[in-house]
This record gives sequence, C-alpha cells and structure tokens, in this order.
Amino acid sequence: MPLESNVVKKQEHWDEVITSKTGLFDLKLREVWKYRDLVSLLVRRDFVTSFKQTILGPLWFFISPMLTSAIYIIIFTVIARIPTDGIPPILFYLSGITLWNYFSSALTLTSNVFTANANVFGKVYFPRLVMPLSIIISRLMQFGVQMLLFFVFWLYYWMQGVIEPNIWLLAVPYYVLLCSIIAMGLGLIFSSLTTKYKDVSMLLGFCIQLWMYATPVIYPSSIMPASVKVYLQYNPMIGIFEGFKYAFLGKGSFDPTILFYPTAFAIIILALGVLIFNKVEKSFMDTV
Amino acid sequence: MNKSIALDIQNVSKQYRLGKVGTGTLSHDLNRWWASIRGKEDPYLKIGETNDRTKKGSSEYVWALKDVDFQIEQGDAVGIIGRNGAGKSTLLKLLSRVTKPTTGSIKYKGRIASLLEVGTGFHPEMTGRENIYLNGAILGMTKKEIARKFDEIVDFSGVERYIDTPVKRYSSGMYVRLAFAVAAHLESEILIVDEVLAVGDAEFQKKCLGKMGDVSKGEGRTVLFVSHNMGSIKALCSKGLFMETGTVKYAGDIDSSIQLYMESNAGDAILKTSSIFNDLPEKPMVINHVQLLKNGQPTDSPLLDFHDKIGFEITLSIKEKVANRGIVIYCKDQFDTIMLNFDISTLENLILHRDSGVYKIRVEYPVPFLKQGTYTFDFEIGHFGSTPDQYERNGIGIDIDILSKHIRYQAADKKRPGIFNIEPTWQYLKANL
Repeated sequence: MPLESNVVKKQEHWDEVITSKTGLFDLKLREVWKYRDLVSLLVRRDFVTSFKQTILGPLWFFISPMLTSAIYIIIFTVIARIPTDGIPPILFYLSGITLWNYFSSALTLTSNVFTANANVFGKVYFPRLVMPLSIIISRLMQFGVQMLLFFVFWLYYWMQGVIEPNIWLLAVPYYVLLCSIIAMGLGLIFSSLTTKYKDVSMLLGFCIQLWMYATPVIYPSSIMPASVKVYLQYNPMIGIFEGFKYAFLGKGSFDPTILFYPTAFAIIILALGVLIFNKVEKSFMDTV
Repeated sequence: MNKSIALDIQNVSKQYRLGKVGTGTLSHDLNRWWASIRGKEDPYLKIGETNDRTKKGSSEYVWALKDVDFQIEQGDAVGIIGRNGAGKSTLLKLLSRVTKPTTGSIKYKGRIASLLEVGTGFHPEMTGRENIYLNGAILGMTKKEIARKFDEIVDFSGVERYIDTPVKRYSSGMYVRLAFAVAAHLESEILIVDEVLAVGDAEFQKKCLGKMGDVSKGEGRTVLFVSHNMGSIKALCSKGLFMETGTVKYAGDIDSSIQLYMESNAGDAILKTSSIFNDLPEKPMVINHVQLLKNGQPTDSPLLDFHDKIGFEITLSIKEKVANRGIVIYCKDQFDTIMLNFDISTLENLILHRDSGVYKIRVEYPVPFLKQGTYTFDFEIGHFGSTPDQYERNGIGIDIDILSKHIRYQAADKKRPGIFNIEPTWQYLKANL
C-alpha cells in the first residue's frame, strides 16, 4: 500500500504481533487474568441458564444425585448385595457419586470445549483457556451445592455415631483440587484431539464410564480382588477416592503415601494439557 | 502529514485444505510431523493453488490468502471489497486472531475489536441486561467498563423496554440492535466490521453507519470495513483495498477500488451487453437477439460512463404479418423500479404489416439520462389493448452499469437526489423590457 512512504518502520513499537509460529511456553496467563471478568460471567451464565423454565429450578441440583443414589442402592445393595463396609448405603453412594459426577462432568465438558464453542471461538478472540477455566469453576460450584445435600445425611449419621470422621477432613480440599487438575489436564488434551478427530470424543464417553468402574466409587476398595488391584494401581483416582471417603466416613484403612502418585500424575497431565491446548488453540478453527 | 502505521501486514498467506477431514488427514499429519522432526519444511506448503472457487482444482490445498502485504495508517477508514471468496473474511479472521496465518506476520498497535458477527455468545435464555454484560466481556471489556457504558448502550439500542426480558423473546431486529450497541461501545484503537449492517431496519443501519463514521472521523480510530454495499463503503471509507482470489489487487483511494471491483464484476454473468432470446415457435413474432450500443457502436463492455448515449440493436423475426404487436422496452433500476418504458409499436411502419422475415431495429436514446448505478433493460412483445402481465417475455434483458468515471456534473452521482440525470441546454436571453 503506498500509504507508508514517510514512516520509519524499524523504530515502531507494536502491541501485538501475530505470526505463524508461537512459543510452546507462551501461555499468556497475564491475558487470562485480564479476562477474569469473562470467567465469572461465564460461570454465572452456566448457573443462571441451567434451570431456566423448570418448575423445580435449582432443586434439580439435589434431585439428580438423590435419584442416582436410589438407583444404585436398589441395584447394588438390594439386588446384587455388594457390601458398603458397614456405612449407610445412602451416605456411601452419595459421597462417591457427588465427587465422581464433578470429575466426569468437568472432564467431559472440558474435552468438548472447542466443538461446543466453535461458533464463539470462530468469531471473537479471547484467551481460549478462559473457557475450560470457567467450566471447571462452574462445575466446582455445582459440586459445592451438591455437597450440601451430602452434609445433611453425613451430619445426621455422625450424630447417630454410625461413622467416624477424622482429621483427614482437612485434606478434602486437596482431593477436590487433584480431581479438578486431572479433569482439566485430561480435558485439555482430549479437547485438542477432538478438534481434528471427532473419534476421540466418542471414545472418551466410553472410557469415562469404564474408569468409574475401575475406581472405588460405587463399591468399597476392600472387595477389590488382589489380582485386579495390580492393574489398577496406575489409576490415580483410586487414591483420591479412598482418601475422600476415609476422611468423611472413617471406615477402611488409609495410607497417605497413596497420594504421591495422583499428585505427580495431576501435575504432569495439567502441564501437558495446557501445552497441547496452547498449541492447538491458534489454528483449531481451520479443522474443527 | 506524517501519520503512524496502526496495522502492518507483511507477506501474510493462509493455506486451507479442502474436502473432508477423514482418513487421509492422519497420514498427511504424520508426513508433516516426520518432516518437522527432521528439520525440513512442511511438505504441503509448497503445493496449493490460487483460490478460485469457480474452477475445479487439482490440489487439495488452496491459498485463501497469498502474500498479502499492506499497511494502514492510524485513523484511516479502509473499505475492503472483493467478490465472494476473494479472501476478505479470511483476512479479517487473521486480524481478529481467530486463526493464525500460515506464513507472514501481522503487527498492530492498540486493541483490535472485531465484529465478524454481532451478538456472539448471546444466550437466548438470558435477559438483555445479562447478555450485555456477557457479550461485552467476550469482546474484551471489563465489568466496570460495561457498567459505565450500560446506559449509553441501552439508549443506543433502543430496546430499553425489553432489557429485562430473555433475548429469545426479542424480534430479530431488536436482537441485532442490542448486539450492535454493545459492540459499538467497545474501546479499541482498531475496529474491524464485517457486513453486520445487512440486518436491521433502515433507521438503525443509518445509525450504525453514523456511529462508525464517528469512530473513524471523530475519535481518530482505525476502521476496517467489509461490505458488498458500495454505497455504505463509500460513505464511510476514504481508503480502499480491492481483493481478488486471495491477493490484494489494489490498495489506495476508495473510488478507484470500487471502480476496479465493478469492472471485475463485469466479467461475471450478471452484467451483459447482449442477450439471445428463446424462440417461441407458436408466436407470430419473436425477438432473437439484442445488442447494446454505446454512442452508436456495438460494445462488449456493460460499463458505460454516464454521458455515453445508450442504444440497442434488436434482431427480430416476424413469422406472419402482425397488426397488433409491438416491442416494449423497460428500463429498471437495481430495485426493479421501472424508470422508463417505451413502445416501438407506436412507430407503425417499423413492425406492423411487414412481411415475414428477419429484421433489425436500432433504438437510441438521444441524450444520456441515467445516473450512476446498475440498470436492466428488458425487451418484451406486447399486444395492443392488453395489459403488461399478458406481454410475452421470452428471455432476459440486458444489464448495464453506469459508472461515474469522469463526473463532470455532481448531479450524476448516485448520492445526489433525483432519478434521472439529463443535461439541459443553457442559453442567455436578453432581458427584454
């Protein structure tokens, strides 16, 4: 364009440079921080819109885990007679289901983040990491609400002296944090793969289901046969769920060293996820 | 004046792979990856063809943009024009950072706000108020900024009454009004707008254009505007960028860009200098062919300057003697408004009672009368005493485009009032007492 004749280019200061290559570790975390208002508004949107035009409204937060627990009690306790380590079944299932629901919904939603938001991502730029972050936070808040229901039953049985909560309760936030990190890390990895190969999202739904059965969510780890345990020791969720249940219910045994592996797993997965996500986000619109 | 560059685009290209993403994708990805770990260049970057959507290509890879290179000075309003598939939207996508260029670099100063679409991220279940905040945040505003401008936004949109109603209850016009209002209040140094004005009523379109004019002229911000509406481009922009098949063909003043665009359209089937009409065997008289004349000479270009005299050569077959037929010529503007109509049958000796055979008739308008714009001439055969809907239409007409390449009289400009432009003759008369 013949418009620039009398400008010296070399001394220019540019606020932003877009090129084809991007640094692997250029995560733009400062930019994500700038968009923190967007994160909070997206979380708000998820809450405000999830139960619009329903009569029961937010009550559904409580109804769905109750119904699921009821189904598990009927199938596993009444029909299949799977023991719950002497813990009241409703408490046992609610604790497992609430935490697992959080983990699996956060993972599923994060892994679909590109496909579900393609229309927005295709029109406006904002740091893409904002979306998965808002998903995790909004799921976390839903988890918090559902834990209230669990607390009602938990306090009741605690008063009755049926369960023995212990000092490990202080570690519960850490378990939740590990769940969040693993869900987000894996979700980011899978989301990056789904942009090009939609096969991955098909596979993921199945894998999460399988994973639940490989984790002591709806059965106590005490009934797991030793031959199976050998293979399942690489499942990071086992340590987290055992720790979580032990803290609240106090049944079974708990060895804190079991947490080393999930911690290392979470850190590596998150780092890997963010790196892959960062690489894909620049050009995913071409393939999604 | 020495203005600084707000946006610098250097050798930007963008390659796309056509067709479906399927089994072949994985092997290409592996090839690419293999090349990259050996430190070689991406093997698929060497191939690729110019992006011409009308022609069948041999390669799966096309260059949606190829070596685009230009600079825009701060405060300029630049209209980007080109036909569909010229690469305008791809360019805007790169500028908005929705996707990254395959090669080259884009540098800019300040914030870019891009409106590739209005209402991005609007949630139908949420109220207008909630959506203003969400949409504003998506576009990069903070809550505080939005709160400060909230009243202004609502006022601009003119949907105050519905502000606490879910937007799914809005009419589509109201939806767009609200969405544009949010976007228009973004604080950015560079504003990119992609034909969002196509919706909304005339009053609102005018308001949007006015707002964008304020942004570029009043506030000194840089505006990039893509549209197919040459009227609004011309009203808003001082500079133009004409694109064709992924490259910038011209960058400079807006009038030349528009003219190049119009001329590139001329090659298209839309504008014609001659028309061959269908034969209707059962009819006693048909029009075979019409050729456009420019100042009395047959011409191949449908582009006429506004002071060229328009004429036509009509080839006519008379199969049997007719006593009650004539040719009717309509001149319509782009909105299909009939500007002029003329019956040749009133000149009896031309058609009536002639022996069967092929005849040629030359029709010429003695003075130029059309203003700048695109017009269609339709030729029909009418019966005496019948109404126009009974006329025989056996083909399509001729389209011409009147340019104002050399405007001598401002009145020929489309923006000036009036339908016709006929140059009167002037003569001084001696005042007689």
